[in-house]
Amino acid sequence: MSEVLVVVEATKEFGVKKVTLEMLTLARELGSPSAVVLGGAGAAEALSGKLGEYGAEKIYAAEGDEIDGYLVAPKATVLAELVKRVQPAAVLLASAQEGKEIAARLAVKLDNGILTDVVGLDADGTATQVAFAGSTIVKSKVTKGLPLVTVRPNSVTPAPAAATPAIEQLSVSVTDTDKLATVVERVAEQKGSRPELTEAGVVVSGGRGVGNADNFKLVEELADLLGGAVGASRAAVDSGFYPHQFQVGQTGKTVSPQLYVALGISGAIQHRAGMQTSKTIVAVNKDGEAPIFELADFGVVGDLFKIVPQAAEEIRKRK
Amino acid sequence: MNIVVLVKQVPDSGADRNLRNDDNTVDRGSANNVINEMDEYAIEEALKIKEAHGGEVTILTMGPDRATESIRKALSMGPDKAVHVLDDALHGSCAVATSKVLAAALGQLNADLVICGAESTDGRVQVMPHMIAERLGVAALTGARKLTVDGATLTVERQTEEGYEVVTAATPAVVSVWDTINEPRYPSFKGIMAAKKKPVQTLSLADLGVAADEVGFDGATSAVVEHTKRPPRSGGAKITDEGEGGVKLVEFLATEKFV
Repeated sequence: MSEVLVVVEATKEFGVKKVTLEMLTLARELGSPSAVVLGGAGAAEALSGKLGEYGAEKIYAAEGDEIDGYLVAPKATVLAELVKRVQPAAVLLASAQEGKEIAARLAVKLDNGILTDVVGLDADGTATQVAFAGSTIVKSKVTKGLPLVTVRPNSVTPAPAAATPAIEQLSVSVTDTDKLATVVERVAEQKGSRPELTEAGVVVSGGRGVGNADNFKLVEELADLLGGAVGASRAAVDSGFYPHQFQVGQTGKTVSPQLYVALGISGAIQHRAGMQTSKTIVAVNKDGEAPIFELADFGVVGDLFKIVPQAAEEIRKRK
Repeated sequence: MNIVVLVKQVPDSGADRNLRNDDNTVDRGSANNVINEMDEYAIEEALKIKEAHGGEVTILTMGPDRATESIRKALSMGPDKAVHVLDDALHGSCAVATSKVLAAALGQLNADLVICGAESTDGRVQVMPHMIAERLGVAALTGARKLTVDGATLTVERQTEEGYEVVTAATPAVVSVWDTINEPRYPSFKGIMAAKKKPVQTLSLADLGVAADEVGFDGATSAVVEHTKRPPRSGGAKITDEGEGGVKLVEFLATEKFV
């Protein structure tokens, strides 16, 4: 069975990201999954347990400052060499900033087609994508080269399938051109232990109606009670209530959780673009005519400063 | 500093957007076409650098005839001139081919710095800056929320999922920006009038030395097989809070097994 390369997304804080487990699950339908770890020294060893648990038959690793100390380009060079050597059935990367960037360079190096924001992939290489803020479903194919796709988080339910992968260290031969953009510093701003926004099963977001930065504590409290991530509308971010990396919408993150809770968010198209493929949507807004209610499976018209604390109290009671 | 800003005309993300049924490309005929929002931040950043360090700002657009409207709009913000890559054979081009064309045009423009939006609102594919940098063999500093220019050294704060990275490179380089980087200026009346007289050079594929069969449908490395509209979501229950709204909300969450 042909290998399917899965480029691992992981963080120091949380380890292997959920989207990686989704990609391994998807890869098993297409061939024999091989995880590719491109990162700091010792990364593959640290991640191998989890990768094996989800079916990685093999782990390729390229590690160290040569890989991790520069932006993206060395990773693409290593991956291109690996692709040429093993001739995989497909290459999967996460449809997030870095995954798309590595895929971009790989596509040029190999003169190979690329499909992004993929939510499903058939054995014949036909990919399903969502376009135009979730309003259009597209079936597409790479017509030149192998299926090179980036997979959107929360597209597949990760299923474990135990394997015991051996780690193969790749010899790193990056060029001077790969080392033009130097990473000087990495700063983590993610707060506490909440799940990452695009991967979370539950997202609780606040909008202009939350009123100020201090009041976002209410949003955070509800998110924590539901085990979710916190998001914010553009209006809330522009008003300085919450940092930009939590912005959900056309010019922010696209999320597709099981449950999306919109608090004080009117539901402008800018916001809907980032959340309307959520499975279940719940909204609280004082304006009964707000467009968010057109999407909500359950909506409460009223004062969020009364409703949210009461809901939090009720959840605590039930726990 | 010689700065080139990439500008893409896209269908307005605030309106209904569609793919065409005849050839599966983005329907630009029926849509309201505008400058990709993120590109306005790129233009603003270029103008700020020019104001601080001197130089010239050129707009580079690949697109059909009607993209001229967006080029003039871009010029009205203050850039000096524009280059429009225009050729009927480009219709249907994939991202890989598009990067080939833009890289060829940039090769003629001798840019120290190429600035573009981090993504466009139509495809949101986010691949162009790295594809172009790969072809030109220059640095790509992408996803910037802050850009500092010190002589030939560029430093950006690159927004990441976890926070940010500080990344640096020497020019020539490609920088892509998010909408957190600045607040784009509105074109002044004077700017709008001046834009009408600014030079817009048109380049064909032949001018760029790119063969027609390397682009468009013939040169495409991927293809849309079919597309369907997802049925719009319909709202469910909506209640008005009469003192029990929070409890009712949790009852709903409980029936859906979230609590």
